[in-house]
Amino acid sequence: MRSTRVITLLGVSTAAAIVLSYVETLIPVSFAIPGIKLGLSNAVALFLLYKLDWKAAGAVNLIRVLISGLLFGSIASLAYSASGAVLSMLVMAILKRSESFSAVGCSAAGAIAHNFGQLLMAVVILSAKEIMWYLPALIVSGALTGAAVGAATALLIKKIKID
Amino acid sequence: MGCRKTAALLLMKRKLRNDVILIAALLLIAAAVWGVFRLARRTGDSVSVTVDGKLFGRYSLHEDAEITIPSADGHFNKLVISNGSARIESADCPDKLCVKRGFVKNAGQTVICLPHRVVVTVEGTGEVDAP
Repeated sequence: MRSTRVITLLGVSTAAAIVLSYVETLIPVSFAIPGIKLGLSNAVALFLLYKLDWKAAGAVNLIRVLISGLLFGSIASLAYSASGAVLSMLVMAILKRSESFSAVGCSAAGAIAHNFGQLLMAVVILSAKEIMWYLPALIVSGALTGAAVGAATALLIKKIKID
Repeated sequence: MGCRKTAALLLMKRKLRNDVILIAALLLIAAAVWGVFRLARRTGDSVSVTVDGKLFGRYSLHEDAEITIPSADGHFNKLVISNGSARIESADCPDKLCVKRGFVKNAGQTVICLPHRVVVTVEGTGEVDAP
């Protein structure tokens, strides 16, 4: 693909990811457990991972975390999402490379990795290891939301032609 | 052409099967972690309250009490202890997840208010709950 097309695609993707982050703040998912969310913007990272490469997906994801953290969150929430995003990007890139999983499995594992990374950061920031009690609930919620977002993204990967 | 289509379909089927195995394995891990936590459950004796990672106070679960926990910028979480369990009764944080968390009474359980960085942790070395 020509480089101008790549640059444009990454710009549009970043914008879309930030909008999805904003949309997410409009949808209240209020369980009694902090950290549960839909993870809509992961659709963009997943899409780029399958259409381009992990570098593009990772770059867009990091910029998205930074900007949406500053716009809609706080420094603390930025730290949570950043550690979650790095871990989930790593897991998704490895699973994608293995060629053994579809976007659904990749997304579910990535969402769980995100929740786990967030939880680790919370343990550090709040210096309370008891927060690990939330791990089972966050794994289950990650599997559900991740698989749902992954299924939606699989459709996008199939339907949207980028070159 | 038809052959290639079948091959692609087979590959997709294999990937979806792997997806199911992967997700099932992760859910199994969740269940195992939950089981381990559950087995280690003990009833608590006291709760410790930390604000911003620093200890604010420690209160016995055996005496009823109402404690207002101040946090940065004049915000608060109100901790109520009654009948051996503790809960955040009210707070002025935006999401109120701490209030929705409800009662905690077993050692290791926590109520967390992320916006105010308040963590209430049940502590105790009491007897293991009968399974």
